[in-house]
Amino acid sequence: MELFFSQILDGLSIGSVLLLAATGLAIVFGLMGVINLAHGELMMLGAYVTYVVQSIFRPMGGIVFELYYPVALVLSFVVTALVGVLLERTLIRKLYGRPLETLLATWGVSLILIQLIRSISTAMLLGILVAIAIGYFGNRVLRSKMAEKPYLPYVSGLFWAIATVIGLVSVNLLSSSRALAGAWFGPRNIDVTAPKWLQGSWGSIAGIELPGLRIFIILLSAVLLLATVWFLSKSAWGLRIRAVTQNRQMSNCLGIPTDRVDSITFGLGSGLAGVAGCAITLLGSVGPNLGAAYIVSCFMVIVLGGVGNLLGTVLASLMLGLIQSVVGSGSLLIVFPDMPAAARGVIEFFATTSMSLVLVFIFIIAFLQFRPNGMFPQKGRSVDA
Amino acid sequence: MKIFRRLLPWILLAIALFILPAILSDFRLNLFGRYFSLAITALAIDLIWGYTGLLSLGQGIFFALGGYGVAMYLTLNTESGAGGNGIPKFFENYGVDQLPFFWQPFWSPAFTLIALWLIPAIVAGLVGYLIFRNRIKGVYFSIITQAALMVFFHFFNGQQKLINGTNGLKTSTTELFGQLVGSSDMQLWMYRLTVLLLPVAFLICRYFTTRRFGDALIAIRDDEQRLRFGGFNPVPFKTLVFIVAGALCGVSGALYTVQSGIVSPQFMSISFSIEMVIWVAVGGRGTLVGPIIGAILVNYLRSLVSEALPEFWLFVQGALFIFVVVLMPDGIYGWFTGGGLRQLLAAFGMAPKSRTYPQLDEEVAALNDLS
Repeated sequence: MELFFSQILDGLSIGSVLLLAATGLAIVFGLMGVINLAHGELMMLGAYVTYVVQSIFRPMGGIVFELYYPVALVLSFVVTALVGVLLERTLIRKLYGRPLETLLATWGVSLILIQLIRSISTAMLLGILVAIAIGYFGNRVLRSKMAEKPYLPYVSGLFWAIATVIGLVSVNLLSSSRALAGAWFGPRNIDVTAPKWLQGSWGSIAGIELPGLRIFIILLSAVLLLATVWFLSKSAWGLRIRAVTQNRQMSNCLGIPTDRVDSITFGLGSGLAGVAGCAITLLGSVGPNLGAAYIVSCFMVIVLGGVGNLLGTVLASLMLGLIQSVVGSGSLLIVFPDMPAAARGVIEFFATTSMSLVLVFIFIIAFLQFRPNGMFPQKGRSVDA
Repeated sequence: MKIFRRLLPWILLAIALFILPAILSDFRLNLFGRYFSLAITALAIDLIWGYTGLLSLGQGIFFALGGYGVAMYLTLNTESGAGGNGIPKFFENYGVDQLPFFWQPFWSPAFTLIALWLIPAIVAGLVGYLIFRNRIKGVYFSIITQAALMVFFHFFNGQQKLINGTNGLKTSTTELFGQLVGSSDMQLWMYRLTVLLLPVAFLICRYFTTRRFGDALIAIRDDEQRLRFGGFNPVPFKTLVFIVAGALCGVSGALYTVQSGIVSPQFMSISFSIEMVIWVAVGGRGTLVGPIIGAILVNYLRSLVSEALPEFWLFVQGALFIFVVVLMPDGIYGWFTGGGLRQLLAAFGMAPKSRTYPQLDEEVAALNDLS
């Protein structure tokens, strides 16, 4: 029985991480109709921010090091939120109203982010900065010299290409110096050690140990969820976000700055992904491919929960987390030892982490046959029938 | 000019069949064979995405099912004869001594030839019907197909005792007609087969896109709601086109497998299935020539980049995704046929002078003569 409870705790903590990640995805999807395939990579960025903060705090040692985690939480939110805003301003905005194309473009972003984390070094960073500086300032000059000329877009494209080549060459030149060429993270997994106050148990209830890490993650996601709900329902920007979610054109007519609402929402969603990444570092080692493992589960949460309803997201993510951990570990067999042979065979068949995903998917497809729009479908005329 | 356009497909076919094998090394020819087989997948995706507006991120399922079909036939008929045990060798590693039931029919070559497109078609029909029936579309459809892909991946990856799990099935060491499949002679035949099947796939896609059925597909893409109000039920159309695409992907996967020498669950990785979409986007969706160009071009680029700078390919690929989607939504072929080249020349003041009425100049001249 104790094993069963610890499995449930496991499931709840996996579900809470999913919840953090899926909330961000769901808010953005609800508002802009955009599925961000780079969401998993934003989680990965959050995890790497945590790693960097930890590496900076480690030499200080003692009590200061113990406090690195709260700092990492805040920083991972801020950094990923900024990356998200940048992404929205430069790319997503251009594709508004074309959700499928946005899907593909964000996938491109995710590929670039993965490879960037794998191979970034000081030389590469400098090269990228050089390329961006040349491209950006060169284009400003071009624009002032050739304003209104029909060939301006082609010339400026060519200029960006030249800037990229210059950047590549400078990376190559800089890489000859050993000090600059070393990759910061490399393709291998990194480990973050949890601070001492999170390791071990936080007391026990009715003879069941409460592992600190798991409880902390569950509490963290609960607090953040409440904060998000408060932000969306009580603050002025939250009101605007909800208005744009319901009817974009009408909000625009009434003077709500929809482009700023988009930026803020995308930043908020990305920031939540960053915090989820920060939480994942506590559960095990993380690598550049971290995103892929979580993103599909997040999608399943959204499909199951329905759009624009946080309650659906909460229920769906906790449910998926529980199914994955309880069925995937096979602990049902230990709790109920005397099951009929047929049921036993079925449970054994699904009793691995990957096979439990198969079960989850079958469950979702079956569920959608009865409730095609998720648990809590949006109502009203603005919903596309 | 007109006769040139009519002859062009035949010329290209002749080049692919006779000239390429003569001038390319075995290795390069094999690569081109793979590109051509991938072009069939690109055609299938164009059929469902370019024409019907269904962005499936799970075509890898059908691709891999076709590949596994042919690989199972080859492994079964080569290894079990020699082993004496009656089952392929890898089963010994997992202590399996009886052939799983679904391997049994793959003894027969006739069954295999049918199965490698029929099984993907059936799976596509099932998945498609269950999704379309509930009017799930747009982004939802994409992420559900992606989830389905993930599920199949985990299933094939985890079931060592049934299908050799993550190791996949090797085909290059198996035999067909008493010859090694990996031998260069056999590979040449596989190349020819692919070159001949690509036009067949093209014609199948053209059959489905040119008549009333094709009009219905485009209507579904552009305004499904209105089509439904017009009294059509879009579900059978969507399901059927999804089935056709699934079958084409199965054939493509089988051809790819025999030429790459192995089928593994990696064929069902998320990234590979999204890559397939970008071939279509680069070439030009909504046209049938575009995807073929795109598949060959992108994969050729991939080979070039990964041979020179392996870790660089992801950057190039990511940039390609963004570039095509933002700046060239109609792809290369669409850019040309849409007058992109003329616009480019016109921007630099080199556009050909726009033609006026041919008689106009003469009439003006005649008027001048009169006066």
